[in-house]
Amino acid sequence: MGLLEAIIISVIAASTPLLLAAAGELVVERSGVLNLGSEGMMIMGAACGFAGAWLTGSTFIGALFGIAAGCALSLVFATLTLGLAVNQVAAGLALTILGVGLSGLIGAGFVGEKITPAPHLYLPGLTDLPVVGKILFGQDGFVYASVVLVAAIWWFLYRTRAGLVLRAVGDSHTSAHALGYPVLKIRLLAVLFGGGCAGLGGAFLPLAYTPFFIPGMTAGRGWIALALVVFSSWMPGRLAAGAYLFGAVTILQLHAQAFGLGIPSQLMTALPYLATVIVLVLISRARGSAGSVAPASLGIVFVPDR
Amino acid sequence: MQLVLEKRAERSTKIAIASPLIAIALTLVTMSILFAILGKNPIAALIVYFVEPLTDSFTLMEIAVKATPLVMIAVGLSLCYLANVWNIGAEGQFIMGAVCGSYLAVVTNGTDAGPWVLPAMLLMGAAGGALWALIPALCKVKFGANEILTSLMLVYVADLIMDYLVRGPWRDPKGMNFPTTASFDPVATVPTLFETGRIHWGAVVALIVVALATVMLGRTIKGFEIRVVGAAPRAARFAGFSSNRLVLFTFAISGALAGLAGIIEVAGPVGVLQPGISPGYGFTAIIVAFLGRLNPVGILIAGLFLALTFIGGEGAQISMKIPLDLTKVFQGILLFYVLACDSLILYRIRLIATAKKASHGVA
Repeated sequence: MGLLEAIIISVIAASTPLLLAAAGELVVERSGVLNLGSEGMMIMGAACGFAGAWLTGSTFIGALFGIAAGCALSLVFATLTLGLAVNQVAAGLALTILGVGLSGLIGAGFVGEKITPAPHLYLPGLTDLPVVGKILFGQDGFVYASVVLVAAIWWFLYRTRAGLVLRAVGDSHTSAHALGYPVLKIRLLAVLFGGGCAGLGGAFLPLAYTPFFIPGMTAGRGWIALALVVFSSWMPGRLAAGAYLFGAVTILQLHAQAFGLGIPSQLMTALPYLATVIVLVLISRARGSAGSVAPASLGIVFVPDR
Repeated sequence: MQLVLEKRAERSTKIAIASPLIAIALTLVTMSILFAILGKNPIAALIVYFVEPLTDSFTLMEIAVKATPLVMIAVGLSLCYLANVWNIGAEGQFIMGAVCGSYLAVVTNGTDAGPWVLPAMLLMGAAGGALWALIPALCKVKFGANEILTSLMLVYVADLIMDYLVRGPWRDPKGMNFPTTASFDPVATVPTLFETGRIHWGAVVALIVVALATVMLGRTIKGFEIRVVGAAPRAARFAGFSSNRLVLFTFAISGALAGLAGIIEVAGPVGVLQPGISPGYGFTAIIVAFLGRLNPVGILIAGLFLALTFIGGEGAQISMKIPLDLTKVFQGILLFYVLACDSLILYRIRLIATAKKASHGVA
């Protein structure tokens, strides 16, 4: 396997959890809800995903456990922000704190355990193709799921009536409500979907990335996923580009450390976080004159009047 | 039947006072269930968590030691949140305060520097925290970058800066290769209040911070400005209050307080700069700020309560083998209940018949 091929494969692997979680969050934010609990839902997805796979021996069931864990946490978030009109920023933070704690409790019994990592696709002939074979036809199910997910979200948002309604709810909940659309119900579904995606993204880490669970293994990926949504200007195509860019920065950092360029390893480790800040600044600045492209109702509490 | 929220004509004062208490009661019930799931006797566990630390003068002082940084950080954060500015990177500002203040302690270590060292360290700590906090504030004001994400990303960067320093240039040559600076000299150490115990003058500083914040919020134009910009941004614009200036101001103050808490922590109870100086004070302080209803005196009480959970959690881990992560679960659940109960100050929950809904069309 050539070096370039190896690098591309590792970039894809590093990007996939970001892409999965960010894609879900994009739909949530398009519906006008800001769920800052990504990190908590991802780490719970990781803990429960590993537990599921370890108990059943199946990566697929593990992934389902991860999705279920993300959905369950997001349901708590939805109950508070949609049902009780609680401030979304504060509730999202609470969700992260809760998720980190709960995952530690659940995962404590699994630290040190190992599972078989997710199987990779193998198509005789195609997978053996030079350079592109492994990249296109030799990935695990999570990678294909993430690509399909982003494409499906694009199609849903821009090519279906339901997607149009979801965007309308996110841009003006008052108007959507006046037109008779069930704003809170639509948002509930979006939040649950986002929770499931974050849980799946988290589950990718112990099921495919490293075949074991360590507490706090998401290491801020949930927050980077949130930044990616802003970076993408809430557009699925740009989101995928952004996720792979960030994956590339992460891998670049690892390789630079291996080459030992005399740069402190801490500086290299800080790169993805610094890159997030710089990218946010550049994107916001470029947008400055044109006005914000964020969903207009993003983060605003909605209480329907009867 | 369907539950809906209905806006109250005015804020309910009764619930405003009762809501943190209801939230704590609900949390205790939830915790009891969790203890039972973990196979522990809920009553015994709750006693270890919340009563035992209060029965011993040593643990009482430890509670004050833990509450000191929580209260100082949370008071700063409450100013931000009141003004609808979302600084959630206090953990990073805490670390940068500790790093900047420690610089003096490291360079004067072993010299016969005078008693000016500690005050200078405190000033540098506050300045370091404030400058670190001004990065996301400036990014927001100048470029419109979301301060939630930028302030949080800088937490990881601050942590890595400290890690680099204590493993590299600042490492104690006699420290057996442990990532830590040399122990601070007595002139670079916050003195303790009493002969025994670890409670130190930082606790007094925290009380002064609470008093100053109470005066500022209740009695000064700046305090009024913070509340107006947060509660009614349009009215604030008409009054000529600049929201940009307020973003810079609240970030700088909260960063300075977090930085001060950081340097007091390393120059006080810890005594050296090393990784892991904070068990997540900057994040727990967010809960403290909300539990204290964004009010300085409320924050003092909430800070003591959350400090109790840290100490109780450690006790429960030792005596009952309850995992330490349960403390985080507890804190998360508490914040949820606090937020939910706060909602009842502004809204009342009404049960309406679904049949009625049909006649009204889509609700």
